Amino acid sequence: MDLEQYISSGILELYVYGALTEEESIKVSTELKKHPEILKEVEEIEDALTQLSTAAAPYNPETLLKNIQQKITSNPTKVVEHPAKSKKNNVVLYISWAASIALLIGLISVINQRNELRENINAVSATNTKLEEQISNAKNDAEKTKQLLEVFRDKDIITVPLDGQQVAPEAYAAIHWNEKTNQVYVDAKELPTPPEGKEYQVWSLTLEPLTPTSIGLLSNFTEDENKIFILENANSSQAFGITLEPKGGSETPTMEQLYTLGVIKAS
Amino acid sequence: MQTQPDGLIAELQAKNPKAFERIYDRYSESTFGVINSVLKDKHLAEEVLQDVFVKIWNNAESYNSSKGRFFTWVLNIARNAAIDKTRSKAYKNKQKNLKAEYFVDIIEEKNSFSNKIDAIGIQKYINVLKPYCKKIINLLYFQGFTQAEASEELEMPLGTLKTRNRNCMNKLREILTN
Repeated sequence: MDLEQYISSGILELYVYGALTEEESIKVSTELKKHPEILKEVEEIEDALTQLSTAAAPYNPETLLKNIQQKITSNPTKVVEHPAKSKKNNVVLYISWAASIALLIGLISVINQRNELRENINAVSATNTKLEEQISNAKNDAEKTKQLLEVFRDKDIITVPLDGQQVAPEAYAAIHWNEKTNQVYVDAKELPTPPEGKEYQVWSLTLEPLTPTSIGLLSNFTEDENKIFILENANSSQAFGITLEPKGGSETPTMEQLYTLGVIKAS
Repeated sequence: MQTQPDGLIAELQAKNPKAFERIYDRYSESTFGVINSVLKDKHLAEEVLQDVFVKIWNNAESYNSSKGRFFTWVLNIARNAAIDKTRSKAYKNKQKNLKAEYFVDIIEEKNSFSNKIDAIGIQKYINVLKPYCKKIINLLYFQGFTQAEASEELEMPLGTLKTRNRNCMNKLREILTN
């Protein structure tokens, strides 16, 4: 090796700076041990740099040594930092694994709980809907009852009892007619349940000559609990009758199936 | 001229507190200068210097002479610690004059020199160095740039950088020995 060329290449300055790669640096270190000329050159470079950077120091930091010595002695554990570090890493690794697994278990249980809660919520909300429906029905019923009460108390109401006729002597109905509003309340509680395919039809009658006018059907008779039906009547009625007709009603009443009949008493 | 104190380093690695004192005596002032040139702040440099020597004590056994010089090993610890500090909040809060070749200013403005160096020689001749010399030495030595980084920063081919740096260092050595 041409030592002079090696030295003048500038590699040794870079070596001292720490600007070479680790491999290059190891190579120079080897050469340095073989060749005193190289070592001498390196030491001269170090010396120059030491002087240069010493000149850049604010002052000689002799007084700081005591602080540093205190830090060193108060931290004796750091002396064995390297072996301790790997052990610590293992412990940290175990702890991290344990923590991860605990977290996973925790997560699964949270998910399960969440699903359970969601089912509960669904069930509760179904019950809720049912209750709401019941409340709303009850409210409707109450409303209707209240309305009916008002009807019966109204002095403008004409009440007409309809007595049972030949086909059904036991039958009874009542009509409460508000002439002002044209509303007719048919109380059909005492009418027998109509057979399949048949419906009651309510007629307004004028006598002399007898002229029947349909004012409506008592639809959904079996489902209606209080059996009070609200119909419209704009006729100047003199009597009311209820006949049993095929579902959907008839044009004219079937007189053989006249269940109840009542005449408005002249007031 | 001083040779590398290999025996002393071995004792340091064996945790001899006396050896630590002598290592400190030998390397602390130049290390302080490197840190100060990076940080440009005396108080932060004091802080970092202490941390660096605690690290030197704690990690002494990781120094391996077949990989490089002890001088370089200490230099690397100091530069890394100083550069780390430049990223700290304490440093950023102090608006720094980021002039590139700060070590030149420090040396020129300095009043008191310890008897370890040829103060008059350095102060008188530091500006004799060519501007590119100041730049190269600042990047490669004080800032710890790699050859490739410095060559990119200075827009100078690697070969040119290497020979110029060699010439600059020769000039510096000349100044110091005269």
